[in-house]
Amino acid sequence: MTLDAHIVCTLGRLNLDIELVAKPGEVVALLGPNGTGKTTVFRCLAGLLPLEAGHITLGDECLDDPVANVFVVPDRRPVAVVFQDYLLFPNLTALENVAFGLRARGVPKNDARARAATWLDRVGLADHASHRPRSLSGGQAQRVALARALATEPRLLLLDEPLSALDAGARSDVRRDLRRHLATFDGVRLLVTHDPVDAYALADRVIILEAGRVVQSGTLADVTARPRSRYIADLIGANLLTGMGDHGIITTTTGGRIFSADSIDGPTFAVIQPHSVALYPTAPEGSPRNVWAVTVADIDRQADRVRVRLDGSVPLVAEITASALDALTLRPGDTVWASVKATEITTYPA
Amino acid sequence: MTATAPGRPVAARRRVGRERLPVPASILAFVAIAFFALPFVGLLWKAPWSDAWSIFTSHGSLTALRLSLYCSLWATVLAVVFGVPLAWLLARVSFPGRGLVRALCTLSMVLPPVVAGVALFYSLGRRGLFGQYLDRWFGITLPFTTTGVIVAQTFVAMPFLILTVEAAFRQQDTRFEDAARTLGGSRWYVFRRVTLPAIRPGLIAGAVLAWARALGEFGATITFAGNFPGRTQTMPLLIYLANETNPDEAIVLSLLLVAISLGVLVGLRDRFLGGTPQTV
Repeated sequence: MTLDAHIVCTLGRLNLDIELVAKPGEVVALLGPNGTGKTTVFRCLAGLLPLEAGHITLGDECLDDPVANVFVVPDRRPVAVVFQDYLLFPNLTALENVAFGLRARGVPKNDARARAATWLDRVGLADHASHRPRSLSGGQAQRVALARALATEPRLLLLDEPLSALDAGARSDVRRDLRRHLATFDGVRLLVTHDPVDAYALADRVIILEAGRVVQSGTLADVTARPRSRYIADLIGANLLTGMGDHGIITTTTGGRIFSADSIDGPTFAVIQPHSVALYPTAPEGSPRNVWAVTVADIDRQADRVRVRLDGSVPLVAEITASALDALTLRPGDTVWASVKATEITTYPA
Repeated sequence: MTATAPGRPVAARRRVGRERLPVPASILAFVAIAFFALPFVGLLWKAPWSDAWSIFTSHGSLTALRLSLYCSLWATVLAVVFGVPLAWLLARVSFPGRGLVRALCTLSMVLPPVVAGVALFYSLGRRGLFGQYLDRWFGITLPFTTTGVIVAQTFVAMPFLILTVEAAFRQQDTRFEDAARTLGGSRWYVFRRVTLPAIRPGLIAGAVLAWARALGEFGATITFAGNFPGRTQTMPLLIYLANETNPDEAIVLSLLLVAISLGVLVGLRDRFLGGTPQTV
């Protein structure tokens, strides 16, 4: 029962073109900044938005294929969604919310209510059955939404930002519960999040989206070890530079030259940790081969550390100590020399 | 919390934390209230209370009242049956000329009712553009019949329902419908269990407004359906006629209509007429 999807869809200015494979037993997270099409992917999978091209196949059942003229309407798909703010029906009790999907499928009322009660019990809310959504806490509402989705016995479960509607205090508990409940579901599990902490806690594998494209996929450890997108680089606070390698000399897209200890050729990513960047008021002498004249763009003091954003042929963020900043007397607009040892630069093919 | 210390009423009032009502606005609002209340005071003052019961229970007025209720309720039912799908179309489906369609379907609300009656007469009358075929093919005659009254009332009353329900559809968060679809609800099931409960306040308000408009309908009815006691003579028509010949009867029947309408408006809670849907 593998999900195999190629989603092509235009929404406003966003051109979505994403290939996605998820196997039963693994939890896959779509991770990326806001506005990269994560929720649109879910709407396509759930059938709320038809594909323009590509296909969605779940197991041996085709759900959407514009070329073959196949489109299964949302209520006939074995797909359940836990929506971002849960969207519990305000006029129904918790129990009626959970029973909704069964009633919609024609299960008799008493039978549906009995099964819904079992599901509520399973998420630990048996004594909240008669509560209306407005009297539930965020975490409880999320569990009702999960029970409501699972009660229809879907083969694909989609969770859209399952924790973003909660305040920080409730998050860690709910995250732990959610992880436990997800483990009991044996279908394909897919979640959308912009929070890497959620992805790390809940998912076995992440797919990084940027501007409607998949930029990277793998475990979160793999992805952060070798970031291939600005988003992940920013997340771990590293400098990510792209360029063309030629025997270990990388010419960046901004026109700078980087000497690497690795002998690398072709399109290349280079990662430089901010604390490896040293700053000098005048051109330094000695072993570093990477020395660039740069302009101070911005200075951000954080306690005893200072992050200095530098513009130039090799744009960088340097992290120095507050005392070093005082010694250099830096101000935005000043020209300084930035230096990085070749051995401090991680490179890998783009 | 009234100011008891003489000479310091303003300070005392300020301490309560309330600002004084703006005087000019209060005066204008009071004039408006009086403007609405005085005519009814006039009616009550002139009412022949000793004869009221016999006038009310007379054959003519009971017949007119029964006809008024019958026709206005039918008009309301028709307005709901046709108006809700139309409001849904206007709110949810984007098509070229939507603004024009909306204007056309609510035109009869702002038109003088007599004009609506004349227009109905020349389209659905026995020799009207479409009415002649209704007569020839189906044997249906609308003018000067009770059905004609219902048609005239529906024509002028439905726009109130359309506009109110359209607003309710627009204010609704359609993501709840999406959620219901993913749970396996067909479009009709979702409409019944999710959409309808969400627009219910708007639907009730719209139906009541339409019903009130139909109950008070005069111009289109008398132009299109005439004034036949027992068949097309509704309360407003009877009152108009009585006012010329038997003013006491007109006053009593007017008060009756006022009482019915006021009862319905008071019975409706503010939220139904305020147009704001229940929040989550």
